[in-house]
Amino acid sequence: MSFLDVKDLRIHFPTDDGLVRAVDGLTFSLERGQTLGIVGESGSGKSVTSLGILGLHKGGRAKISGEIWLDGEELVGASAEAVRGLRGKKMAMIFQDPLSSMHPYYTVGHQIIEAYRIHHDVSKQVARKHAVDLLGRVGIPEPAKRVDSYPHEFSGGMRQRAMIAMALSCDPELLIADEPTTALDVTVQAQILDLMRDLQREFNSALIVITHDLGVVAELSDDILVMYGGKCIEYGKADDIFYQPEHPYTWGLLSSMPRLDRERTERLLPIKGSPPSLINVPPGCAFHPRCPYADRTDGRSSTEVPDLAPTERGHLVRCHMGRTERRTLWETEIKPVLETQ
Amino acid sequence: MKRKSALAAAATAALALVLSACGGGGGGTTQPAQSASGAAAQPVANAALTEVFNPSTKKGGTLKAAHSADWDSLDPGDTYYGYSFNFGRFYWRTLTMYKPGPGPDGNTVIPDLAESLGEPSDEGKTWTYKIKPGLKYEDGTPIGAKDVAYAVARTFDKETFPHGPSYLNELLDWPKDFKGVYKTPDVDYKSAVEATDDTTVVFHLKKPFASMDYIVQMPMTAPVPKDKDTGAKYREKIISSGPYKFETNEIGKKFALVRNDQWDPATDPNRPALPDRIEVQLNVNADDLDNQLISGDIHLDIPGTGLQPAALGKVLPDPALKARTDNPTIPRLWYISVIPDNPPLDNVDCRKAVMYAADRVANQTAYGGEVAGGEIATNVMPPPIVGQEKFDTYPSEGNKGDTTKAKEALTACGQPNGFSTTMTFRADRPREKALAEAMEQALSKVGIKLTLKGFPASSYFSDYAGNTAYVKKNGIGLATHGWGSDWPDGYGFMQAIVDSRTIRDAGNYNLSVKSDKVDGLIDQASGELDTTARNKLWVDVDKAVMEDASLLPVVWAKALLLRGQGVTNVAYNEGQSMYDYIMLGVE
Amino acid sequence: MLIVISMVTFGIFFVVPQWAGSTPEALASRYVGRAATPETVHLVAERLGFNDPIVVQYGRFLKGIFVGAEYDYGAGVEQCPAPCLGYSFISGQPVWPDLLDRMPVTFSLAIGAALLWVVFGVSVGVLSALRRGSFFDRLSMGTALAGVSLPIFFTGMVSLVVFSYGLGWTPPGGAWTDLTENPAQWAYNLLLPWITLAFLFAATYARLTRAGMLETMGEDYIRTARAKGLREREVVVKHGLRAALTPILTLFGIDFGLLIGGAILTETTYTLPGLGQFAILAIRNQDLPQVMGVVLFAAGFVVVASFVVDLLYAVVDPRVRLS
Repeated sequence: MSFLDVKDLRIHFPTDDGLVRAVDGLTFSLERGQTLGIVGESGSGKSVTSLGILGLHKGGRAKISGEIWLDGEELVGASAEAVRGLRGKKMAMIFQDPLSSMHPYYTVGHQIIEAYRIHHDVSKQVARKHAVDLLGRVGIPEPAKRVDSYPHEFSGGMRQRAMIAMALSCDPELLIADEPTTALDVTVQAQILDLMRDLQREFNSALIVITHDLGVVAELSDDILVMYGGKCIEYGKADDIFYQPEHPYTWGLLSSMPRLDRERTERLLPIKGSPPSLINVPPGCAFHPRCPYADRTDGRSSTEVPDLAPTERGHLVRCHMGRTERRTLWETEIKPVLETQ
Repeated sequence: MKRKSALAAAATAALALVLSACGGGGGGTTQPAQSASGAAAQPVANAALTEVFNPSTKKGGTLKAAHSADWDSLDPGDTYYGYSFNFGRFYWRTLTMYKPGPGPDGNTVIPDLAESLGEPSDEGKTWTYKIKPGLKYEDGTPIGAKDVAYAVARTFDKETFPHGPSYLNELLDWPKDFKGVYKTPDVDYKSAVEATDDTTVVFHLKKPFASMDYIVQMPMTAPVPKDKDTGAKYREKIISSGPYKFETNEIGKKFALVRNDQWDPATDPNRPALPDRIEVQLNVNADDLDNQLISGDIHLDIPGTGLQPAALGKVLPDPALKARTDNPTIPRLWYISVIPDNPPLDNVDCRKAVMYAADRVANQTAYGGEVAGGEIATNVMPPPIVGQEKFDTYPSEGNKGDTTKAKEALTACGQPNGFSTTMTFRADRPREKALAEAMEQALSKVGIKLTLKGFPASSYFSDYAGNTAYVKKNGIGLATHGWGSDWPDGYGFMQAIVDSRTIRDAGNYNLSVKSDKVDGLIDQASGELDTTARNKLWVDVDKAVMEDASLLPVVWAKALLLRGQGVTNVAYNEGQSMYDYIMLGVE
Repeated sequence: MLIVISMVTFGIFFVVPQWAGSTPEALASRYVGRAATPETVHLVAERLGFNDPIVVQYGRFLKGIFVGAEYDYGAGVEQCPAPCLGYSFISGQPVWPDLLDRMPVTFSLAIGAALLWVVFGVSVGVLSALRRGSFFDRLSMGTALAGVSLPIFFTGMVSLVVFSYGLGWTPPGGAWTDLTENPAQWAYNLLLPWITLAFLFAATYARLTRAGMLETMGEDYIRTARAKGLREREVVVKHGLRAALTPILTLFGIDFGLLIGGAILTETTYTLPGLGQFAILAIRNQDLPQVMGVVLFAAGFVVVASFVVDLLYAVVDPRVRLS
């Protein structure tokens, strides 16, 4: 058993308009020291997954099933209080927008100290010293001074560093970063990604990076999981996903990946249309209305949900097209186009 | 019957609070308002009108009273409210006073400080009063005739004491250079009032005046020690001459009276002085005050003008509460001035058309009906006035108005098809509004078209219906008014509202009665020393006013008073036209 | 600002009637007894200075405040040291001591009621927000709606009739005991006014708190607080309520300031001898010096309250401090 094992996780929300299947049968695992990137457009269910692991849907309207094993402990069936005890200590999260995710009325130091003292019975002075240390470690200059600053007094990058410091305050073994760099400009993005990689090595924690941008996970991840419409559509080693992807959606994502040598907006293989509504997930393959190859499946694409099946190389793909056909398409039509530039 | 009164009460507006100043009374109307008889020992409606209810001589206890507004002033020289004249007798004594107690005797005057009633001489131009020996202020100093003379003289200064009545300013023969005891301390005022020795006070009048004994029962004659007089500040620290003195006095909030040990009951057979202590709370919410009176939290409603509409609706339908009420006719007339300033009302026949066309029953209903409003008035003087005679110059079938006679009168004045004019009323008084509407309806039947205009009560007299220039300029023909008498004789009631010589630029209650005949009769009556002849003359004045058709009487007002719970010795006094406060005790 | 208020009040009192054609005598006729003679009215107009130009009258008022004034009571002259708001046209009492005298009543009323309404209003609002859509939420918001819409003279009168005259649990209107004299009696007398007044305000505060809580509990930083492993109670109180309280604090400052200036309806209904009752009597009697005094006094409190709120705001919301 791995350090983190998620099996057939389903998170559904009953609403007045119908059942929202935000996460629908997700399975993956992760070891200590490893990084998993979960990639997908907004509404694909990736953030819901991360909040589900942290148990933040508990007590709400969500219906959760499946299993989440963290270091030998099952979390889906555990009590809200038990999961609360693990939050912040065993598993922690870095949120997308550090300005809105930090309380505007408390100093950065106060918020780190609070996080630390939830799980450690220490005096405020000790916790404060710890907070200063952490701020120093995430690369904030003059941490002893900045500890008393309010979030709005920080720059975007510094704020994200502070957020990371807060998440790291109890040495969590599982760290989930939800779009950690989206709100930042490109150069700061790189710094933050470097910082996270360094810290992960230092703490030897398991890291899940959630993003819509394959570029972010390219350098960081060991494994990559691509989500679409609440389901995993391709999952495997990072190298496989980057160099031997077999799902047409992944191809589209790859083509929209920013590179230094290409304008971001210039999509070579654009994914037409918009992500599906989670209330009305298209029947059959959820991607088929946008898929350029839907006509190659003898009509199964709109009636039958494809299985998540292993490829020749061993990673998992959810597609009706045959292995050979996919490989041929990749080799002859997609890869050349991606490489021409 | 009961249902009807409840309905009337519900439709009723505030009983005239502010204007119901001053005592007066008489006539002894016994109102058998209750048809069903209760148990013998139980409270009965109108029980305190003809006899003392719950009589007692038991001393002790605290009498708790409340007032829904502020006192105009506690200074005997600066007050002009009926409740103040009534209540003040707890701490002041005057030359004469109304005979305490119920029934028609209540409007007769008896000596208080004086040994006997006044001695007129010089055909009623000089009045002499002898005061009793052995009288003392609360501090033990003796009360002499000079204290009374000084008290009268100090009220002359209307700049310092603007609230009190000005009868003595006008009646007495003041020296030309006298401006008051503070401004001209060296001017001798003995040409007006003087103490000829320690016990004799002499008043010198400008012209003969018969009703002096009524005038000197007013608090202007309550003695004030000159060395303790602090002018406008005297109201804060008053030196008592009555059975009680001030313990505390917080102006605008409350005060408490305790026994005055220097008061000698031997000199004062008229005040039983039963409670040990009297507490008065000021500015109490009027509805709350009624509730406290009903529940027994307070014993006495100071203004004594009756219950508020809210409480009327609660009391009248409840037999137990109704049994605690008294419903006297008070010396107050609600009326409509028919103003001869603008044509065609300058013609007496046109005014008579209004008299005939008015529907008296509808007018009474507008005023709240029999119990809450009053009795239909057919002439000016109300029944409680001494010597009053009831007569009807403009009779009609069932008091509903006579359209035939009205039309004849219109023809006589040259307006056979009627005319148009304006009627004013106090917009914040729903009864006056209802009255104006009733008049509009009744007069339209004979072709007289009314335009109704409402004005705020606070400036009604100063700026609108009491302002001669306004009335003339805006063609006002009819105006609602009300008047309560200062004392229960013809002069006290009539002079202020029918004497054309009292009309001034603004602040008039009367600006319609302008008849030389009336003025002449008034002079004759006020100088007549023979009571019977005088009373007869006042009835003549009344008749002359009705002939002049410049005043349309509406109702002789009634009050609905509630006897406090646990209060002893309750009697309605006609002189005060309230319960006699100095008689009250507590169980 | 207070100067402006005083000029406006003065203007309403003197200038507006003049436009309507009123004369000094007509003004003075408010302060005399029944059927006063023209001489009396004239003397009173002179005494109160109504014949002087309005600027002179206003100047006299200002002089009283900054320098002091003299009061001629006939038998002598009294010095009224600054700040002298003058003497009542009706009772001849100096205004300033009267105001000071009535302040404890209003203050007692305001403090007690404020305590009640903040505690009850805010906690009901928080619970309602947390249990949005529940029976409790609907019940309390329904009650709050009633509380906001029912005027105090109605709830006040009903409460008096039921609890004082019906059940006899509370004293009748007009009961007032000084705190220093008998604290238990003080609180007992004020209980009903406190509750009635608090009901009115608690309703507003409950609704405001509920709305604020619904908003803040959806904020990202609440999710962060939960992700830290904070207990739900602390999430609600320390993170949610803390942020939701800011607009409530502003409102509270203004409400409290206004209330100290005189809880007019409550004091009138319960006959409490406070500033509100004073104000209503002054207006009813058209007693200018008293009206001016109480208006300036009340305005002063509102100004002070707004100032204190501004200061507190900076303490509460650090983002305000910089700018």
